[in-house]
Amino acid sequence: MATKGVKLLGVWASGYVNRVEMALKTKSITYEFIQDNLFYKSELLLKANPVYKKVPILFHDEKPICESLVILQYIDEAWSNGPCILPSDPYDRAIARFWASYVDQKWFPLVLDLLNTEGKTEKAALLEKMSEASVLLEEAFIKISKGKSFFGGDRIGHLDIVLGSTLGWVKANEIMNEMKILDERKMPSLAEWDERFCSDKVLKDIIQQPEKLVETFREFREIKKAASN
Amino acid sequence: MAEDEVILLGFWASVFGIRPRIALEEKEVKYEYREELLVGNNKSPLLLQMNPIHKKIPVLIHNGKPICESLIEVEYIDEMWKDKALLLPSDPYERAQARFWADYIDKKLYDPAKKIHITKDDELEAAEKDLIEVLKMLEGVLGDKTYFGGDNFGYLDIALIGFYGWFPTYQTYFNFSIEAECPKIVGWGNRCMQRDSVAKTLPDQRKILELPKLIRQRLGIE
Repeated sequence: MATKGVKLLGVWASGYVNRVEMALKTKSITYEFIQDNLFYKSELLLKANPVYKKVPILFHDEKPICESLVILQYIDEAWSNGPCILPSDPYDRAIARFWASYVDQKWFPLVLDLLNTEGKTEKAALLEKMSEASVLLEEAFIKISKGKSFFGGDRIGHLDIVLGSTLGWVKANEIMNEMKILDERKMPSLAEWDERFCSDKVLKDIIQQPEKLVETFREFREIKKAASN
Repeated sequence: MAEDEVILLGFWASVFGIRPRIALEEKEVKYEYREELLVGNNKSPLLLQMNPIHKKIPVLIHNGKPICESLIEVEYIDEMWKDKALLLPSDPYERAQARFWADYIDKKLYDPAKKIHITKDDELEAAEKDLIEVLKMLEGVLGDKTYFGGDNFGYLDIALIGFYGWFPTYQTYFNFSIEAECPKIVGWGNRCMQRDSVAKTLPDQRKILELPKLIRQRLGIE
C-alpha cells in the first residue's frame, strides 16, 4: 500500500493526535505532521472537519478522516500488510472497541477536566471518579492481557494506544497536583504496563513528556488569562 | 455442529436496542429477544451481570459471552456472520465515513431527540432546532442515494433508523413535522420500512405514541 500522501493535522499537546501518531508509527507508515495553531483554527482544519472543527485529521491521498478512534481503525484497515493493531478475533475486537469507547467517554474526560478544576472539593470529587475508573481499567487489563505484556498481547495494540495516549496528561496532572493517579499500590498491573508502554522502542520518541505538557499547559493558561484581561 | 446461542437484551422503544436486532434479522441469525423492563429500576440480574459497567441495553450475549454498546454489537454481528448481507462497506475509506457518521448520530442526535420529550418552552424550542439541524446534516450525507449505504442497506442506515421510529411523536405531541423539514430523511425511512428486518423490529406506532405522555407525566412536565 502506497505510503505517500499521508498527512496528520494536529497539535502536539493533544492526546487524541498523539494516539494517531502512535498508530502510524506502529504500522511504520511515513507521514507528514502539520502543526495546527492552538489559538485559532486554520482554513485547512475548518475545511477538512467542518462538523467538529477539531484535530486530529488524517489526510490520505488528500481525503480527510476525522475522529481519532475512526482514524485508528482506518489506519489498521487501509494498511493491511503490516501488524494488525486490532485483534483478529471478532469477540476480542468487540472488547477492545468497548474499552476504547470507555476511555474516551469516561476516563480521558476526567483527566482533562482535572486540568481545569480549581477548588479542593471539586478536585477531590474528580479524583474519586478517576480512582473508580482506574480500578475498572486495572481489572480490564488483567482480563484482556491474559498474563501478557499489553492489552494487545505480546504486541502493542489498539487499546494500548488508546489508553496509552492519555498517560501524558495523567502524569502532567500528577506533577501539578503532587499526587499519584496511576498508583502502583492500587493498580500494580497497569503501573507495570505503563512502564513497558512508555519504553517501547517504536513509540518512546513520540510519547508526550509530562514535564513538557505541564510547561505548555501553564503557558497556555497565562496567554488565555492575558487575552481575557 | 453445535447451534449458536444468541440472546439479545433490549427495550422495545430504544433507538439503540433496535440496531443489533436489525443486524441479526438482516443476517437471518436465530436469536432469542428478551425485553428489559426499564421503567422503575427493574433491570434484570442478567443485564446487570452482563453489562456491569454501564448497566444498559442492548446487550448481545453470544454463547454466554456479552457484547455491549449497540454499534460495537452491529460490527461484531457483521464480522461473525460474514457470509450474508455485509453491513459495513468493504472499502476502508467508506468504512471510516460510515463510522464517523454513526458516531455523529450518537453524539449529536440523541440529546435533542431526548430533550424534546423532557423539556418545555425555550429549552424545547432549542431542542427542536438542534434536531432539525442534525437531520439536515444527515440529509446531506444521504444525498440522492437509496440508503446511506448506497444501494445496500447497511451500518449507517441501522444507526439512524431507530430515531425514525420516534418521528410520529414529534408530529402528534409538538406539532412539528420532520417530513416538512427533512423530506429526504422521511423518504429514506419509508424505504427502510419496506425491509422485513425494519418492519418487524421498529416499535408499533400506536404504542410509541403513548410513551411521550407517560414520560412527561412521570417527570411532571405539562
